Amino acid sequence: MDLKTLTYIVVGLSFALYIGVAIWARAGSTKEFYIAGGGVHPIVNGMATAADWMSAASFISMAGLIAFLGYGGSVYLMGWTGGYVLLAVLLAPYLRKFGKFTVPEFIGDRYYSDAARIVAVICLIFISFTYVAGQMRGVGIVFSRFLEVDITTGLLVGMGLVFFYAVLGGMKGITYTQVAQYCVLIFAYTIPAVFISLQLTGNPLPQLGLGSSVGDMGFLAKLDTVVTDLGFAKYTSGDKSMIDVFCITLALMAGTAGLPHVIVRFFTVPKVHDARISAGWALIFIAILYTTAPAVGAMARYNLHTTVNSALATGGDVFAPEASLEGEVRPGWMKRWEATGLIRWDDKNGDGRIQYYNEKSKDEAFLAKAEAAGWKGNELGAKAKDGSFEGKVDRDIMVLANPEIAGLPDWVIALVAAGGIAAALSTAAGLLLVISSSISHDLLKGIFVRNISEKGELMAGRIAAAVAVMVAGYLGYNPPGFVAEVVAFAFGLACASLFPTIVLGIFNKKMNKEGAIAGMLTGLFFTMAYIVYFKGIFIEPMAKNEAANWLFGISPEGIGVVGALLNVIVAYLVGKMTAPCPDHIQHLVEDIRYPRGAGTAQAH
Amino acid sequence: MSKPQDFDSKGYWSATLRLLITTLVIWFIVSFGAGILFRDALDGIHLGGYPLGFWFAQQGSIFVFVGLIFWYARRMDKIDREHDVHED
Repeated sequence: MDLKTLTYIVVGLSFALYIGVAIWARAGSTKEFYIAGGGVHPIVNGMATAADWMSAASFISMAGLIAFLGYGGSVYLMGWTGGYVLLAVLLAPYLRKFGKFTVPEFIGDRYYSDAARIVAVICLIFISFTYVAGQMRGVGIVFSRFLEVDITTGLLVGMGLVFFYAVLGGMKGITYTQVAQYCVLIFAYTIPAVFISLQLTGNPLPQLGLGSSVGDMGFLAKLDTVVTDLGFAKYTSGDKSMIDVFCITLALMAGTAGLPHVIVRFFTVPKVHDARISAGWALIFIAILYTTAPAVGAMARYNLHTTVNSALATGGDVFAPEASLEGEVRPGWMKRWEATGLIRWDDKNGDGRIQYYNEKSKDEAFLAKAEAAGWKGNELGAKAKDGSFEGKVDRDIMVLANPEIAGLPDWVIALVAAGGIAAALSTAAGLLLVISSSISHDLLKGIFVRNISEKGELMAGRIAAAVAVMVAGYLGYNPPGFVAEVVAFAFGLACASLFPTIVLGIFNKKMNKEGAIAGMLTGLFFTMAYIVYFKGIFIEPMAKNEAANWLFGISPEGIGVVGALLNVIVAYLVGKMTAPCPDHIQHLVEDIRYPRGAGTAQAH
Repeated sequence: MSKPQDFDSKGYWSATLRLLITTLVIWFIVSFGAGILFRDALDGIHLGGYPLGFWFAQQGSIFVFVGLIFWYARRMDKIDREHDVHED
């Protein structure tokens, strides 16, 4: 059976599984639609949270990012896991005790203000839509690369599937399909990693393999030699400044804890105790992938370099003509992926061999030797948007082509396709649900149509979910040119707007509505303005995005931390100058601080 | 079930905050401390083939986070029971 047929079968089976689960877990009430009935076991919720959280970016892009950033990739590893500690100690148990359906609902009630609730809905919609556009794009891309259909077809199939189980099943349907999707994606991720670690280091556990040795040398030390021999920066060091690494990590952590689609997952467990434990389970399931990713990245980078230059592994002369791989005999996976443009060979010096190195190296001696050897620039890269040669291999290939690079059987490749789709779909569904519930529950039921019936609200939720799927599909089909840039946006905004406001609401019972609204708006606009200033979303960037221009040397990815600080400072100052928080709200805050009496969540 | 009549809310909250601060200090030390601020110093020490600072940044901090959450949850359960505000 050829690879394509096999991929269709594996992906098709995974879809059949999701559809079956969705039919079994239909939602019959608003409580089931918003919070899956409130009776989800903490381990099940942990697994669903892991799938909800790990997006196409985690599955497809992260290992490749780490491969090329080396130590610098640690910001993603720590940033996207450390947020769960913040969730467990600062947010999840208290929001669970509060016992309502949505994040804006907490903000509206705690700050006794419809205006605060609307601001929270605006933050939520902005964060979630930017995020979901990337997921839909991810579904389209996986389809087009593995199944050789065009991106539009892939998108439509993905939309149809999400539509089916998010609209029909609400949170209940999503919860159980996410559990299934977690299983698919974690197998798809770890199986190739185990084989590659075994081949390279003899240790089947990638977490240990990364720290063990290849030949008579430590693997990481060997990798450092390999990359510096080609003029790249040492793998175990980074080129980002310490303050920037610090701020990006913190912004990703606080952003994670402030993402509405992650927070609402903790509304679905029966008890406050479960909310705490469930955060731990979620992180275990996430850690399985996140501790594997650095090994996948490092080993893929090693395999790629040593395939292209045979002298690297043996310690021979890197510049010897016969060390470079002959283009004619390049491996089959390279030829196959050239069709997608993710990797491309451009024989600049016309010697019929591939030279892959850092042509912009800071190591002058290296560049002199490269020139003496007749190397006329780096020859391995990717196809740029305008069709020209771009000197960087696409990072996604590190995961997508990994099983082929390691020579694994076809069913593993098919499984990776199914895993990539599972990662994108599970996150997209979670995001679409918080968007739809913020519209049907916060805007309609909570503010504009207070007397809507339960049935009417459920119908409104379904319609909102359906519309959100269409908008997401449109954004995925027709990305506004900044999908790659918006990751910083979603996390920065969550970090600067929702996270501090919720934490203040729990830990400072005197915080009033004026302070909270002023703080949220300050955090939101400052962060948005800073990112737009350097990244130029919708408009041309106003300054070059480089360290010399940054405020305190903090890049747009890390600026959410400053936004969060401003949020807190403004909230305190405005809070001091305006009417104090009413007594009944202070009692409400005291009430959510201890667990007893947390029934399952209730509507108003 | 609601809170008991003699619920010492101040005592409960300060015990909670103490645990919270301990947890966040550990959280900070393993990630921002060992993985970022003191990485260069720690990289001189090796854990198997890993430079220690690099290990904390790419593996160790994540393992500690997992353990930390479960430890925190167990300690919170104890505080809840001592103040008689635990769930049934």
